[in-house]
Amino acid sequence: MTVVSLPGRASARPVSLGLLGLAAAVALLELLPRLGIVDSRFLPPFSAMVRSLAEQATTAAFWTATGQTLRGWALGLAIAMAAGIAAGVVVGSVPLLRALTASTIEFLRPIPSVALIPLVVLIYGSEMPSALVLVVYASFWQVLVQVLYGVADVDPVVRDTARSYRFSRRAIVRTVVWPTAMPYVVTGFRLAASVALILEITAELIIGVPGLGRSIGLAQSSGAVAETYALVLVVGVIGVLVNVLARAVEKRALRWHTSVRRDL
Amino acid sequence: MRRVLPALALPVVLIAAWWVASAGSTSFFWPPLRTIVEAFPRTWTADPLVNDVLPSLARLAIGYLAAVVAGVALGVAIGSSRTLRELSEPLLEFLRAVPPPVLVPVIALFAGYTGWTSKIITIALGCVWPVLLNTIEGVRSLDEVLRDTARSYRFGRVATLWHVVLRGASPRIVTGARQALSIGVILMVISELFGADRGLGAAIVQFQRGFAIPQMWTGIILLGLIGVALSGLFRLVEHRTLAWYRGLRQAERGA
Repeated sequence: MTVVSLPGRASARPVSLGLLGLAAAVALLELLPRLGIVDSRFLPPFSAMVRSLAEQATTAAFWTATGQTLRGWALGLAIAMAAGIAAGVVVGSVPLLRALTASTIEFLRPIPSVALIPLVVLIYGSEMPSALVLVVYASFWQVLVQVLYGVADVDPVVRDTARSYRFSRRAIVRTVVWPTAMPYVVTGFRLAASVALILEITAELIIGVPGLGRSIGLAQSSGAVAETYALVLVVGVIGVLVNVLARAVEKRALRWHTSVRRDL
Repeated sequence: MRRVLPALALPVVLIAAWWVASAGSTSFFWPPLRTIVEAFPRTWTADPLVNDVLPSLARLAIGYLAAVVAGVALGVAIGSSRTLRELSEPLLEFLRAVPPPVLVPVIALFAGYTGWTSKIITIALGCVWPVLLNTIEGVRSLDEVLRDTARSYRFGRVATLWHVVLRGASPRIVTGARQALSIGVILMVISELFGADRGLGAAIVQFQRGFAIPQMWTGIILLGLIGVALSGLFRLVEHRTLAWYRGLRQAERGA
């Protein structure tokens, strides 16, 4: 049996209680403005948000914006994954490179990606590449650092064994380094996926790159309150879906790994 | 010396490369590093430091600390009760998944977006989720035996909370606090970009809008340095508070 707890331990009780919790939150959102406890100009009732959402769902603009957000997120994440894995495996496998780059990585990583906003605005304006740069920069470090941990975790005996059997460099990476690093890579993916979404929405909201974030900003500044909340809900749902997707990928990619396998 | 040399080698090479490559640069966006370095002390004099940088950092500190305190308090409460945990889990998952920057327009609806309060609320609301969820998880996975032992020894409620619950959950709390810190820095900047106000983020955007490119670069570098300093500070605190945990892990691994 596995000892590592994973999401998706399904049992009936938590689900129904959780639904109760969600229902209570929805009821609260409906009642607070209806009873006048919170001004409905600031917080419209939940039903009004849903109605606004239903209206928007019939417009092409809404779906275009959703598509733009998702596309920017996916593309940025893919680039960051590819670059992070490649750089991580190369740097992590060569001790000299690792020693040389450690301080630089430690320095560059905490630089907040939003510091780059003025620069990308100047260079790309409020176009899609602006968001892409921010998304890639922010999520690249998440992946890279995890891959470095993963490569460092390789069992020296296994590596030496592979070397004694004259495995080629490529074969060592494929059969020794990669399987060891895999759980770390997947963790990096999960972290990067949510960071990428944050930066994509930020770029849309602040710089005005087309997407849901810009729609939220526009709705807010034009005083369309219910619409603003409806879009925030949509972004939240996308965030949840991203998390669910990341966990599903984690489970599938690691189905051979002892932390996931149940038939041990 | 043998450890310092590799740590310094690459940064020195990179900065030298930037210096040399940009030395004759006439590109508008990429001024020579020399110009940027010269602009730095002229840009960040006492006045902007006191009126822009310090208020930004103060807002970050207030919002962040409020989030950590609230997150730990709520997390201990929710984590200790199974019913409460199951009741709130999907809701918290949703709230955490909302990208924090969308808080800015929502909060702007309530109070407009000038002044300290709205910015501090933005930072606190963005930072609270990672702390809260990690605290819940840390309290949930506490060793049952430890709790029972504390009870057998008739620890009081406060003593149990302090020595068993908070101590036991502290590695997870620190993980959450670290995630929250980087979100906090992002929100500190974003909250200032949104409203035309003073602050570090606002100052950088002013430079960009006024096409004061070397000054803008100094702002980016200053922000980077602050990010690095904060993560160094965090590591120092972590090092002190989790010293027992590192020792434990080392002992477990038989090192």
